[in-house]
Amino acid sequence: MTTAPFSPEEIAAEGIKPEEYEDIVSRLGRHPNRAELGMFGVMWSEHCCYKNSRPLLSQFPTEGPRVLVGPGENAGVVDLGDGLHLAFKVESHNHPSAVEPFQGAATGVGGILRDIFTMGARPIAILNSLRFGSLDDANTRRLFEGVVAGISHYGNCVGVPTVGGEVYFDPAYNGNPLVNAMAIGLMETDEIVKAGASGIGNPVLYVGSTTGRDGMGGASFASAELSEESLDDRPAVQVGDPFLEKSLIEACLEAFKTGAVVAAQDMGAAGLTCSTAEMAASGGVGIDLDLDKIPEREPGMVPYEYLLSESQERMLFVAAEGREQELIDIFHRWGLQAVVAGKVIEEPIVRIWFEGKIAAEVPANALSDNTPLYKREVLAEPPAYAQEAWKWSVDQLPSCDASGIDGKSWTDVLQTLLTTPSIASKNWVYRQYDHQVQNNTAVMPGGADAAVVRLRPQLGASEEVGYGKAIAATVDCNSRYVYLDPFGGAKAVVAEAARNLSCVGAEPIAVTDNLNFGSPEKPIGYWQLAEACRGLSEGCRVFDTPVTGGNVSLYNETLDASGTPTAIYPTPVVGMVGAVEDLSTVVGQAWQGAGNSIYLLGVPISQIATNAETVTLGASEYLAQVHDTIAGKPPQVDFDLEKAVQAVCREGIRAGVIRSAHDSAEGGLVVALAECAIAANQGAAITLDAAEGSRLDTVLFAEGGARIIVTVAADQATAWEATLTDKLPNRWQLLGTVSEDDDFTVAIAGETVIQTTVGTMAEGWNEAIAQKVAGDVAL
Amino acid sequence: MKFGVIVFPGSNCDRDVRWVTEGILQQPTRMVWHQESDLSDLDTIVVPGGFSYGDYLRCGAIAQFSPAMQSTVEAANAGKLVLGICNGFQILTEIGLLPGALTRNQNLHFVCDHVGVQVEGGSSPWIQGYKPGSVLTLPIAHGEGRYQADENTLKALEDNGQVLFRYVPNGDERDWKNPNGSLNNIAGICNQRGNVVGMMPHPERATEAATGGTDGLAMFEGVLKALVPAG
Repeated sequence: MTTAPFSPEEIAAEGIKPEEYEDIVSRLGRHPNRAELGMFGVMWSEHCCYKNSRPLLSQFPTEGPRVLVGPGENAGVVDLGDGLHLAFKVESHNHPSAVEPFQGAATGVGGILRDIFTMGARPIAILNSLRFGSLDDANTRRLFEGVVAGISHYGNCVGVPTVGGEVYFDPAYNGNPLVNAMAIGLMETDEIVKAGASGIGNPVLYVGSTTGRDGMGGASFASAELSEESLDDRPAVQVGDPFLEKSLIEACLEAFKTGAVVAAQDMGAAGLTCSTAEMAASGGVGIDLDLDKIPEREPGMVPYEYLLSESQERMLFVAAEGREQELIDIFHRWGLQAVVAGKVIEEPIVRIWFEGKIAAEVPANALSDNTPLYKREVLAEPPAYAQEAWKWSVDQLPSCDASGIDGKSWTDVLQTLLTTPSIASKNWVYRQYDHQVQNNTAVMPGGADAAVVRLRPQLGASEEVGYGKAIAATVDCNSRYVYLDPFGGAKAVVAEAARNLSCVGAEPIAVTDNLNFGSPEKPIGYWQLAEACRGLSEGCRVFDTPVTGGNVSLYNETLDASGTPTAIYPTPVVGMVGAVEDLSTVVGQAWQGAGNSIYLLGVPISQIATNAETVTLGASEYLAQVHDTIAGKPPQVDFDLEKAVQAVCREGIRAGVIRSAHDSAEGGLVVALAECAIAANQGAAITLDAAEGSRLDTVLFAEGGARIIVTVAADQATAWEATLTDKLPNRWQLLGTVSEDDDFTVAIAGETVIQTTVGTMAEGWNEAIAQKVAGDVAL
Repeated sequence: MKFGVIVFPGSNCDRDVRWVTEGILQQPTRMVWHQESDLSDLDTIVVPGGFSYGDYLRCGAIAQFSPAMQSTVEAANAGKLVLGICNGFQILTEIGLLPGALTRNQNLHFVCDHVGVQVEGGSSPWIQGYKPGSVLTLPIAHGEGRYQADENTLKALEDNGQVLFRYVPNGDERDWKNPNGSLNNIAGICNQRGNVVGMMPHPERATEAATGGTDGLAMFEGVLKALVPAG
């Protein structure tokens, strides 16, 4: 073989390793040309082919009676009964958001929406899971404001409500924020539209926006560590146009209903390259595509640029032969591009024409199916950082008593936790998102542990009034737990997602996951990834929530000026959807009336000492914020207890007995109680017995324990307690009563340890993030 | 009564309006594509919220040139009822059916929330479902909802009783506030004749208890009563 027509630097610049280049040459039987090299570069990136994560993802449970479409298509689809089919998926846009937060986040939303409506589903909800560094850092504030504005810009304009999500702040994400967006859609076509091309001779249609030089090689960019230079790599970030996307949604759904569309694939990462290769490979056919037909945004583009452009709002269709004009007319009516740019061929290759010559010719499966795979060794022993952290014990904290700890009263500690940005109200964020458009949002953001969206077909109207079904959705990940214990932490993520759904009365159905990790090429990074995948798999099996798809984002590391890479916390975000059979039974987290009894479901105070692994200050928000310590083992999940508690909660809600429900998560029991009180603008009197063998801070702020706080009307308390004794023996306790006024007190063994008002708590909790953002005076 | 809902590329509350007029109130409702110009079959025209034509150039600036809007002006001048909600309000001011303009919110952020809105009095058919002075809880969702007009225009609006809805600037326990810096706390106005109304709050989003309140429903019910003779 002749020597490569590229320098090692040129090959490396496409994200291709030397041994991968050898592989390409042997597959082609020749050296690739420039365009082909670029195509392999993006398609063999982790972002597109999961070469590091695929062996780990294969352990996920992916099947179940409700699963209609599992991993591998644009999105997963589950059956909700009554002919309702739900498509949903989560995707990351981390690297683009780090470089250009506004467009990076905006196009993240645009991309995940396309995955949904490509299937024939109308998007009905967006959630997002965001991670930023410390808000005390000016650059973090810039990223935070930019990302929120970008999501707001895109989601609001496109007319899909942003109904929920989560935002965490931790120095571990300084310079490498995470922007994960999840979209949910309701199938509007009879048949699920898939990506596999078929029908030799069928025309291939290019629809949507034009192709320009934006977003060149974004997939490769997303699969490498961020560096000083990548901050200058803004051309790798796409620019979104939500107005075009809105028109594209309408035009696509209209087009699918004609029955003239054989297959559809959105152009996301790796644009034309990826869509042609994936459509061809999954259909077992080939595609012949003429770049001269592609509507261009600017003149003078070369094949490499056409093929790697990640211009937004574009799709590729295979149409039924002879019906292409029908489809073109629909897109033109919506002011969108639509041209026949190629055809389906028998030979399983992607053949690209440019100016009458073949510009690239590659076996389709070499790009999208039969791609490299790296099975790496997992560390036999947990790495030193974890072993060190696990040595921590609560005895290392200063002693405490009823008056507080280290000169701080428990009331002060509570207020500190409530004003911690990760715990504080996210109203500064969600007030910028239209969370109501489409008229189906049943729970406003911040109102409950999960978002709840009414299900109804949006076309046609009158017959569905009063339709009572809904879906609930949540995105979750306590990444500090995962960092300190990837296996246990990942199980806890799944448990929390299911718990959040149960708190509105929804039955967990299925999962989409977004694995945000550091470099898998490093032993610790791969250990975190492998252990977390094992934990997610186990969790999803236990809760019977198969994984129907998702996204992998590796190399989330930033290089500091000296070139030392720093990985983010491993962050396996779980997006979970649940079914609500009767919308009228859904509850939120706010107390619903003075005098109602407040119960704790899960590990009661008296059993903390004997369940020290399940209820602990290890990895807690209290430890991090009040003692500046990131250590310990996070609470270990007791699956049997989790399932029992969640079932009791759901049944109580469906029976109309439970009036409010909220899970105890970051900040533990007292923070959860405070959040219920703030939501209701109504206080509570909590009276607890002394907890033998437990420190006060553990009683107040320990996390874990499968805990949910519910309220029940006083006149139903006796019957409810009988139910609890039957269904959850010894795993519940009465905590107190909702007050008439806004006094919030916690007394232990007759001694008041927390005394504050809802007004005081609410002020700090509501304003904490706005105040931090306002610190950015140099705007 | 037959409703028409104008659909621009970029409209996104069009179906929500139809859900109310056709779904809840059982009135015939036609979706009117922006390139249509024959609106003669309609009694009431709703210009819905969204981002017509992407809100490029300026909110509502391009929509005013559409055939459907030109016909809407004719219909309004002939006395038919016209309601512009959010982006629809912006379009009605751009096209000159209503005075003033909607500019960027005072804090420069998009805001989605529930606000307190007080109904003023007057003879406009659009507020006949409400008692003057009543305070409604209505959803808002806009980035450019700050009502502005010159002093003379404002004075004329006030003198003629054309201000129909006002944000409650300081409620007691609900912590209401003017969300966008609108002059005179203006949330919605009508023309002198009272048949054309523009408002930033979304009454169509407050029509069912299951999705956040019913305070907006009386707006549509009131208009039905006002137009359909009793009996």
